[in-house]
Parts: sequence; structure tokens; C-alpha cells
Amino acid sequence: MSTKTYKKFENAGPGDLPDKMTVYQDCMTTFNESPVNAKRCRILISRLLHLISNGVTFPENEATALFFSISKLFQHQNDALRQTVYLAIKELSGMSEDVLMATSSIMKDVQNGSDLVKPNAIRALTYVLDESTAFSAERLLKSAVVSKHPAISSAALCTAYNLLPVSEATVKRFANEAQEGITDLKQFPSSSYDEGSSLLVGEFYPNSTYMAQYHAIGLIYQLKKGDKMAILKLASHLSENNVLKNQLAKVQVVKLIEDLVNRDPQLFREFQNVLSYWLSSKFEAVQIEVAKLITGLAMRQQRLVSPDLFAICITTMQSLLSVPRVSTRFAVLRILNRIAMVSPERIALCNPELESLINDPNRNISTYAITILLKTGNASNIQTLIARISRFIHDVSDDFKIIIIDAVRTLSLNFPQEWKGIVKFLMDVLKNSEGGFKFKNSIVEAIMDIVSFVPESKELVLENLCDFIEDCEFNEILVRILHLLGKEGPYTSNPSLYVRHIYNRVVLENSIIRSAAVVSLAKFALTKNDPTLKESIVSLLKSISNDKDDEVRDRATIALKLIEFGEKRDDSVANDLIEAKYFYDLPSLESKLNDYLQTNDDQFKTAFDSSAIRRFTEDEVKAIELKRKQEQAFQNTSEKSSAETAAKKGKTETRADNDTFAGASIGEHEEELLSAKYAEELLAIEQFKDYGKLINSSAAVSLTETEAEFVVTGIKHIFKDNIVLQFNITNTLPSVALDNVSVTCTQDDAESSGLEELFTLPIARLLPTEEGACYVSYQKQDELVVGGFMNNLVFTTLDVDTETNEPYPGDEGFQDEYEIDSLYITAGDYITGSFVGNFDAAFDQLPAEETAVFNIQESLSLQEVVDRVVQNSNCLPLNNTQFAPSDANSHVLKLYGKSVLNGKKVALLVKMISSSKGIALKVQGKSEDAELCSDLVNGLM
Amino acid sequence: MYIAWGLRILILGLDGAGKTTILYRLQIGEVVTTKPTIGFNVETLSYKNLKLNVWDLGGQTSIRPYWRCYYADTAAVIFVVDSTDKDRMQTAAQELHLMLQEEELQDAALLVFANKQDQPGALSASEVSKELNLAELKDRSWSIVASSAIKGEGITEGLDWLIDVIKDEQM
Repeated sequence: MSTKTYKKFENAGPGDLPDKMTVYQDCMTTFNESPVNAKRCRILISRLLHLISNGVTFPENEATALFFSISKLFQHQNDALRQTVYLAIKELSGMSEDVLMATSSIMKDVQNGSDLVKPNAIRALTYVLDESTAFSAERLLKSAVVSKHPAISSAALCTAYNLLPVSEATVKRFANEAQEGITDLKQFPSSSYDEGSSLLVGEFYPNSTYMAQYHAIGLIYQLKKGDKMAILKLASHLSENNVLKNQLAKVQVVKLIEDLVNRDPQLFREFQNVLSYWLSSKFEAVQIEVAKLITGLAMRQQRLVSPDLFAICITTMQSLLSVPRVSTRFAVLRILNRIAMVSPERIALCNPELESLINDPNRNISTYAITILLKTGNASNIQTLIARISRFIHDVSDDFKIIIIDAVRTLSLNFPQEWKGIVKFLMDVLKNSEGGFKFKNSIVEAIMDIVSFVPESKELVLENLCDFIEDCEFNEILVRILHLLGKEGPYTSNPSLYVRHIYNRVVLENSIIRSAAVVSLAKFALTKNDPTLKESIVSLLKSISNDKDDEVRDRATIALKLIEFGEKRDDSVANDLIEAKYFYDLPSLESKLNDYLQTNDDQFKTAFDSSAIRRFTEDEVKAIELKRKQEQAFQNTSEKSSAETAAKKGKTETRADNDTFAGASIGEHEEELLSAKYAEELLAIEQFKDYGKLINSSAAVSLTETEAEFVVTGIKHIFKDNIVLQFNITNTLPSVALDNVSVTCTQDDAESSGLEELFTLPIARLLPTEEGACYVSYQKQDELVVGGFMNNLVFTTLDVDTETNEPYPGDEGFQDEYEIDSLYITAGDYITGSFVGNFDAAFDQLPAEETAVFNIQESLSLQEVVDRVVQNSNCLPLNNTQFAPSDANSHVLKLYGKSVLNGKKVALLVKMISSSKGIALKVQGKSEDAELCSDLVNGLM
Repeated sequence: MYIAWGLRILILGLDGAGKTTILYRLQIGEVVTTKPTIGFNVETLSYKNLKLNVWDLGGQTSIRPYWRCYYADTAAVIFVVDSTDKDRMQTAAQELHLMLQEEELQDAALLVFANKQDQPGALSASEVSKELNLAELKDRSWSIVASSAIKGEGITEGLDWLIDVIKDEQM
């Protein structure tokens, strides 16, 4: 059952829809009748469309039969019937392959039909043309594009847009006509046109909205989007002289400008004037789009947007918050929400409006308003806000409750010190509010987050959860809580309290929960070295081993064995099994297992070797999770543009009705997979086989502009005794092949660097648009080696025969060089982020200390400096210090990490003050490893 | 029985035989420039006080399988042959006989136009008739007429015959 049909059952009774088979039979008989009864056919088609729009589908043979009988209606010349026929063809085109049979008839209407059916006929062409037939519509579409009738012109532009993935060459042939269509203001035929006639047709036309402008811009952008200069010219031309009358066209131009500014932020200055002018446009949509562009840019490139302009954006949005149009309010809230994720203080101005929107009749708006308010909240008003939500939350539906809980959860990550109030609120909602599983589960997840990132909250939370499980109706949640109790309970001051609560579950609940409780109990006995506790647990487990359920009995028996085992020998088997100290990196485990299954040469006689898989200890997992959560919040703001371009790309590749979205989380996952892939490729190379385990790989660093002829990125791989530099090179030249491509790296300070170059692995040949990797290998004298490399790309160019995509035989080519940016190995490359609950205590405890002071003369914002420090140090920012408040002129950044070589911890406290002369940084580093600490602190900027 | 609202007539034949040209010659009396028909053209025209509902179906290989979707209630089939295309005469014969076997066309009259007589090297009507094995046809009213759609020769003669046959058989 498709989601659509499912929805149908949910929303409306089946009585609302006509019976599918009756409609089918009626259609088949009536459409094949002669003479055609136009009125009756129209009614039947509308019934058919009603069914289809409600998700009813027909099997292919029925859809085909329907299509052929509908195609017979072309013999009747009634315009109104013809219009419904076009709608039916559009809907059936997805179910039947045979719609091409209507092509000639549709083209005839495009040519000779009345003005009423022409636009419909042109749009229907989209669904019947394919690669082999598109060219035959070229002349028709061209003349329709230049038509004086706006509806005809619009239809032709839309069809051309949708045909781009089918036959771009055809559409390109009338690109000029489409371009002229942008500035050609088309009016509907006016009534004075045929004054003599008795019926004034024109009277029924509305005023022109100049929609064709919008359609033309959309098409032209798709045709030229690869050419930055052409888009720049288009955008500048269209933003001048008030040529645009249509609001969507203006919105589209703002999007063009956004695209340009994303490619080259400096272009913003060029458009600043028109943007601030359009900020007061009479169209709300234009205002919103401009505000979105400017504030979005301000988040990423603070220096480009003047505070004044930003302030105007905020006041514009503030006034839009109280307009009657719901969609406008909603759109503005979305923008404000994005800003609130990064710098909530900048939208504080809107708080009064946001507060009044909490009572908005539209639930989407009220919920959004609350979540924004929660983000703009600061230590001083959190309590009031939470009190406000406590009153509100019981009245809304589960979906909104979940959104609110998620916002509270983010709040708890941002203000760990406020955990008491937040936990109290969550517990209150958990225990006292009505709600389904999803909602309760989201609360429990939020609570678990607090437990893992705010250690001091542990005991209070666990006690509260014990109360909660006394009366919880959801198995899944109970099991999760029992797991948490088993994991954290043994390390609290009074473990026996939890043992009692857990045992109660064994007595009272069903077998699923009893099994979970058994495991949880066993953990107390195994991890807590307390003989009396152990003894009582053993006796509890013994009584459980008579349980009537197999699983529960088995678990109890195993647990008893393990405890016995642990007593006899000091063995870690039990501990490892029941309480994992490390976790496998799942993507790499998956790919290794796949390899193992595929290269099965000896019927699995060799056991699977798990030692090569990356393992994480618990604090590493926490660091990764926290980082992911931080990034999620941030990516919603900054990665939006890339997701949008991905969506656009998807649109041209498939037909326009096929939406594809690349969410941020997918991109993130891809990045992980990519680094795993690089590591795998590297380790598969013969020359690197004896280097041992790959200790760390850096992220890919761009070494050229992304628009250069050769795009190069560099990755640093660290081994125990070696360093390998990997250069990924993409050849963007369309007709040149590169042979023997390598990178010559010159060390900044070759004598004292402690690095000895071993060999270079060049790329044999890079054909146009291909990507390849070249490697340069070094021997390390010391464990920890830092240094910079000046790099030159060296290669032989050969002209490529475009027919064969191979170089011309006998062409010897000529040697060439291309300078690329330097690559630096820093102390950060030896560090990976790590998590600690209490940063200040950890900082004080670390022995070695190093301090350095930097002065940055460049005009950078505090946030940019923060980003750079985080990137250079590879440490994990803690206590939400990775966001510098935009209005402050000082900031303290807390970073924590550990060495990938020996696991020694390092903590950094970076104080920064910005003044008119630049930014001053004082970096205090503390570590268990003095050398690492000194290298890291001194080489930070 | 069909006369009241118009006779349903199909024009079939291989691609490039001149079907669309014949259709518009009949409707507007002129030669129009045509391009390969993807699908079909349908026109209603009056001929000697009769309303004709004429369907011209595309002749390309990819479209021929769809002909059968339009066979129902057909009074007559006009089969157009390019008389200069000797290489594909056998293909035309196969398509013709295949079509005539269809149950829905058992009562339909058949008119064959040996078209393009204006071109040099065109086979005569009797030669085309032989190539198409028309003599084999049993229980069917059929006729073959030499025609040139471009010059407008033979078209009306053929149609006159067709109308007479239909009137005889069905009224």
C-alpha cells in the first residue's frame, strides 16, 4: 500500500471516493462510444482524476486500456473536453508506457488549437516526448516561447525546463528566445482588441502577473548555471532598472545572487545595494528571500555584512512576524530559527513578537516560536521559559511535544549547568503527561543525553528513572532504562538502591523486561567489587534461574557462570562480554565483514580478523556523538546551501516531479565513508603494506581554488614510523590528458625536520574529468614530527582526441608544472577529539603546561578565529564554547583531545580578545605529554 | 448503422507511404507539409453528404503494434502503399494480411491506394495488387486504386468506391 492510499484511509472514509472498478468500466464504455458525449466524458475523467489524486493506481494493462480509450476523444473538438484529456494524459503517463501515441495529436493542438487549449497542450508535451522525439517539437516550442500570450509563453518555458534532462540540445536551440522572454512584459489579450465582436473574450482574463518572467529565468539559469560569468551578467542585468514585475521572478533573482555569493563571497558587495532596496519590496516573499540570503551570509562570512544591514534584516523580519499571511510568518520563523542556532543573541529583538506567537492559532507556528525562544534563552531566563512550556506542553499533540522536547534537549547540551531545572521539567513531563511511545522515548533520550554529558546529574536522574519504571507501559523504554541503570548504577554511591528497583521488575513484569533486568543485575555483581552485594545478587539470580521463561532462565544461568568465573580467576572475559569497554567503528566493521565474505577462499577456515578494525573507547564514542550533535545544529545553518544545490541537481537529472533531497546527515556519513575509503585504498598499496597500522588520517585540505584547471586536495596519513601525503588530483580540462602526474614536495626546513623522503607514487594517466591519487612517503625520525611542505604538481600534458577519449598516438606531450598551496603537518594531526564531563577539573589535573600568546593582525571575526583554532588543534570544543557570541569582544574556548600515538590527554584553554588592532590570543595548554603540548600550543596559529 | 453519426475509417500503411498527406488532401483539399506521425491524426470530414471520421495512424515500426487499439467499430480500412518502395512491398503485404485477420476488422471494407504514381519507377496498381496477394482475399469487398496524393489523382475515385460499398453492405 502506498503512503498515499494509507493516508486516504486515515483522513477520509472510503465512502468519499467513487468505486475504482465502476469508474474504470464507465470510462471504457463511454469513451469508446460514438458519437462522443463531451459532457459525460468530462465528468468521467474528473472522477478518474479524483481517484488518482487520492492515490488509487491502476495496473499497467488497465492504465493502457484507459489511455487508448481516452486518446480516442481527440476526435471531438470541444476545448473543455480537450483540457481534461490533457490532465488525464499527464496522470496516466506515470502508469502507462504508451502515451507517446498522443504525440501527433498534441502537436496539432499546439499548432492549430485555440488559445484556451494551447497552453495545456504544450504542457502535456512534457509527458509524451522522449529523447528520440523531442527534436520534432523544437519549432513548435520556439514559436510558443515568443508568443505574445503570457499563458502560452509560460507553458512553453515550463515544458522546455522539464525537457532539459530529456534533450538539452533541443532546448538550447531556443535559449535566445527564452532570454528575451525575461524582459518582454506580456499582457493577456485586452478586451479592446476585438471590440466589434459581441462577446468580449478579454474581459474574462485576469491582469497579467508576468509569470513568464519567472519561468524564463528558471530555464535560463538551468542552461547557464555552469558559467559563472553568464549568471553574474544575468543577475546584474535583472536587478537593475526595475525590469522585473513578477514577485517569484524577483525571488528567483535573489536566489541567483545567493548562488553567486556562495561561489564567490566577494560578489556580495556588488549586489548589496539592490538587496537592501529589495528588502523593502512590496512583496513579502522577496523580503523574506533577501533577509534569508543576508542573514545566512552573515552567519558564514561575518565581515561581509555590515551590522547595520543585518539589523535592518532583523527589523524587517520582526515586522513580518505580525502579518496576516500564515506562510510568511512561518518562513520568517524558519530563518530566525537558523540564526538562533548559532547566535541567538542577535535576534533577541524579536522576542516580544515570538512570545506572542506562542498563542498563534497555527500549531506549526506556535511550536516553532517556542523552540526559537528556547534557543535564544540564556542562563538567566531558562527557568522562566521552562515554566512557560510546562503550562503549554500538555495541550499540544505528540508531534509538537517531540519538537519541544528536542529543543529542550539542545538547551541541556548548551547549558549543562542548568541541568537541575531541565531534568525536573523532563521528569515532570515524563511522569505526568499523556503521550505515545515516540514522545516518551524522546524524553528518555533527552534524559540519557543529560546523564552522559553532565556526569553530576547522574544520581538524581537515575533515582527519578527508578520511580518512573514502577509505572511505565512501554517495554522498549523500560528495557532502555534498565540498561542505563546497569551501566551507570554500579558507580553510584548507593548501588543497592537500584538493585532493589531492578529486582522489583523481575518479580512484576513480563519476560522481555525480566531478561533485561537480569543482565542489569549481573552488571552490578560483576563490576562492583562488593562481596555482600555480590552475594545477594547471586542469590537473587539463583531464584530467577527457575523462571518459567527460557530466555530469562538462560540469561540468569549465564550470569551466574560468569560471576563464578570471575571469582576463580582474575579474568576479564566476563567483563568484556557483559560490559564492553570499546565499540567497533561500524562502517569499517561492515566493509571488512563484506570483504571477508567475498574473499572466502577456504570455506571460512581462517577466522575473521577483527584487530584491523578501528575501535573506540567510551570517551571517544561520546566525543564523536557530541561532535555530531554540535555539527547537526550547525549544519542546519551552513550546509543548507549545499543541500539546496544537491536538490537542484537532482531536479535536472530526473524529471521535475521527482524530488531528491540530500540531507545533512547523509553528507556527514559520506564524509566518514570517504575517509574510510581513502584509508582502504592506501593500505591496499603494496609499498605501504609493511608500515603497520594507520594511526590517523587528516581531513582533506584544499590546495587549489575549486575552479582551477587542476583541483588538488591533500590528506596526511600518520603511521608509526612513516608519514604519507596523499594528493587527490582532478583534471578538469576537457581535452587534455595528464601523464605521469606527481607532486614534488619541498620541506620548509629539510635539515632539522626529522623527515626523510622515501619515494613518490605517481599517477600514470589522468584523462579529462578523471580523479586520481598520488602519494609521497616519508620516514619519521621521531614519533612526533611537524613541518611544512611547498608543493608543485609535475606532469606531462597530452592532447586528447575527443572521439576516442584517448591521447593522439605518437604525441609525446610536454612537461609542465603547476604550483599548489603548501601543506602543513602540525601537532593537531596527532590529536583526536575526546570528551570529558568536567573540563575545568580535568584541566587542573594535567601535569605539563605550556602557554603562548598570539596576535592576529588580519581582520577576522572571533568566530573565524574559533573555527580556525578548532580545526588546527583537532580537539573537541566543550561546554558549547565553539560559538563565539557575535556582539562580544572576548571569548573563552575550551578544547579537549588526546594523542593518537599514546592516548595521552591534552586540554586547551584559549582566551581571545578582539580590539581595533586585531585579535589577541592567550593559549594555555595542559597535557600528560609535554612535547605534544608544546608543539600544539606553539604551532596553533 | 454507422451512417447516423459518421463512418469510422482507418488509414494504415508503412511509414512514408503518404497517409497523412491523403488525410489532409481529403479534408482541406491541399497538400500540407508533414512529418512522421508519432501516434495518430484524427479528422472529421464531410464527403458527399456523409460524415466521415478518419483516423490516420502512424506507420513507423514502433507504432504499428498500437494499430489494433483503434480497430473497434471500423467501417473501412484504407491501406496506403508507396508504389516506388519495392524493397518493402513484402513487409507491407505482411502487415496488411496480419491486420485483416483481426476479428474486429472482419466486416470492414478494404481500399488499397497504390500511391506515389507521380514518381518515376512506380509499380502499377495491378503490380502492387500482385505483390500484396490481394487476390487471396476471401469474403471481403476490396479494391485497389492507383493514386497520387500530391497531384490529387485517384483519391476521390477510391473514396467513391468505398462509400458505395459501405452503403450497399450496411444500409
